[in-house]
Amino acid sequence: MNLHKLDARRLLCPLPVIRTQDKVKQLQTGDELEVTSTDPGVMQDIPTWCRINGHQILETQQQNNDYIIRLKVGE
Amino acid sequence: MSKQIKAVALISGGLDSMLAAQTVMQQGVHVEGINFFTGFCVEGHTHAIRKKDKAKPKRNNSLWVAEQLGMKLHIVDIIEEYKDVLINPKHGYGANMNPCLDCKIFMVNKAKQWIQENDFDFIITGEVMGQRPMSQRKETMPIVARESGADDLLLRPLCAKNLPITKPEREGWVNRELLHDFSGRSRKPQMALADEFGFEDYAQPAGGCCFLTDESYSKKLVDLWETRGDKDYDLDDVMLLKVGRHIRPNPRFKIMVAREEGEARFMTGYKKTFINMNCSTHRGPLALLVGEPNEDDIKLAAQILARYGQGRETEDVGVEVRLLNGEILQINVKPLLATEIPQAWFI
Repeated sequence: MNLHKLDARRLLCPLPVIRTQDKVKQLQTGDELEVTSTDPGVMQDIPTWCRINGHQILETQQQNNDYIIRLKVGE
Repeated sequence: MSKQIKAVALISGGLDSMLAAQTVMQQGVHVEGINFFTGFCVEGHTHAIRKKDKAKPKRNNSLWVAEQLGMKLHIVDIIEEYKDVLINPKHGYGANMNPCLDCKIFMVNKAKQWIQENDFDFIITGEVMGQRPMSQRKETMPIVARESGADDLLLRPLCAKNLPITKPEREGWVNRELLHDFSGRSRKPQMALADEFGFEDYAQPAGGCCFLTDESYSKKLVDLWETRGDKDYDLDDVMLLKVGRHIRPNPRFKIMVAREEGEARFMTGYKKTFINMNCSTHRGPLALLVGEPNEDDIKLAAQILARYGQGRETEDVGVEVRLLNGEILQINVKPLLATEIPQAWFI
C-alpha cells in the first residue's frame, strides 16, 4: 500500500472531485489517497463519488479551513 | 452468451437526464453517466459561496443522480476545450452568451469519443423536442446528431418516438415501444415518469444548468472581454464573475464588492492577485479592484466601498488599501451617496 496526497485547496466542487478521480486512475487497488480541500462540499461529494465508483472512505476530518479525506482505492 | 450492451448517458444533474438514463437502464442496458464541467455550470457549491444559499443542500446533483440510479459517473474537465465553443460558436448565441447548440454538439461529440475509447455502444441524452428554444428544437436536434458525429448512435429516450429510428432501436438493443414521445415545454410528462420511477427528490434548475444563460452573468463576461480586448479567459475569471457586486466607473478598472460573508471569504483568496481594500474604521465588505486603477480611481473605489459599509451615513470613513507591491495605504473618504453611483456603472 502506498499513501499518496492531493492538494485540491482553493478549488470549488466539482474540481476537487475531478482531480481526485484523475489521481485515482493513476493508483493501484489498495493504495490510499489523502485529499485536502478548502471547499466543504467535498465532505459530501468525494464520499458519494467513492460509493458509486467502489472506493472506500477511511477518514474525514476538518482542520481549520481544510477538509481532509483519506480514501482507499477499490478495484 | 450475448454481449452486454453499454451506453453512456450525459448527466446534467437535472430530472430529464436522470429519467432518460433510467428508461434505458430498465431495458437491461448497462449505463454509466458522464458529466462535463465547463466552468460555467450552475453548481450547488458555487451558490453555496453565498450565505443566502446555505439552506440548500451542498451536493453535486450529477453525483447524486448517479448514486440514485446506481451507476458510475465520469466527470470530465472540459474548461480549456470549451473556450473555443464559447468564443466562436458556429451557431451563435441564445438570448445571452449561451452557445447552447454548439455546446450540445460539443458534448455529444466528446461522448462519442468516450464510447469509442471505452468500448461502449451508444449515447443517451435527456433532450426533449421543443423544450428549449435553441438546442432542443425539431430543426436542431438532427444537427446535434450530425455535427457531433454521433449520428444514429445518439438516443433520446424521452422523445425517441418523435424522431427517426436510431441504431440502438434498430438493432434491438432497446425497445422503441418502451421509449417516450415527450415534446414541448410542459414538465408534466417528466413529473409523471418520475412518479412512476419513484423519484421523489430531484433537482429542478429553473434557469437552466449554465451561467451563460443568465443575463447578469453574460453582461459581466462581455464587459470582461471588452475591457481586456481579448476573449481569452481562465477559471479564475469565470469564478470571479459569479461573486460580488461589479461596478465599473471607467474602462481602467472595476470594483468588486462582496455582498456577504461567504463571498468575502471566497474573494480573500484573490488578495494577492488584485489591489484590495476594506473599511478600517467601520464594519464593511472586502473589495477587489480589477484592472489598472490610478490614484484617483483608488480614491473613488474607496468612496464606493464605504457606501456599502456601516459608515455610509458618516462624513469620514477610513479605508485600508493593499497594493500589489505590498504597500498599504490608509485613506479617509466620504462615502458616495446611492444617487452618486450611476446605474450605468453597475455591470
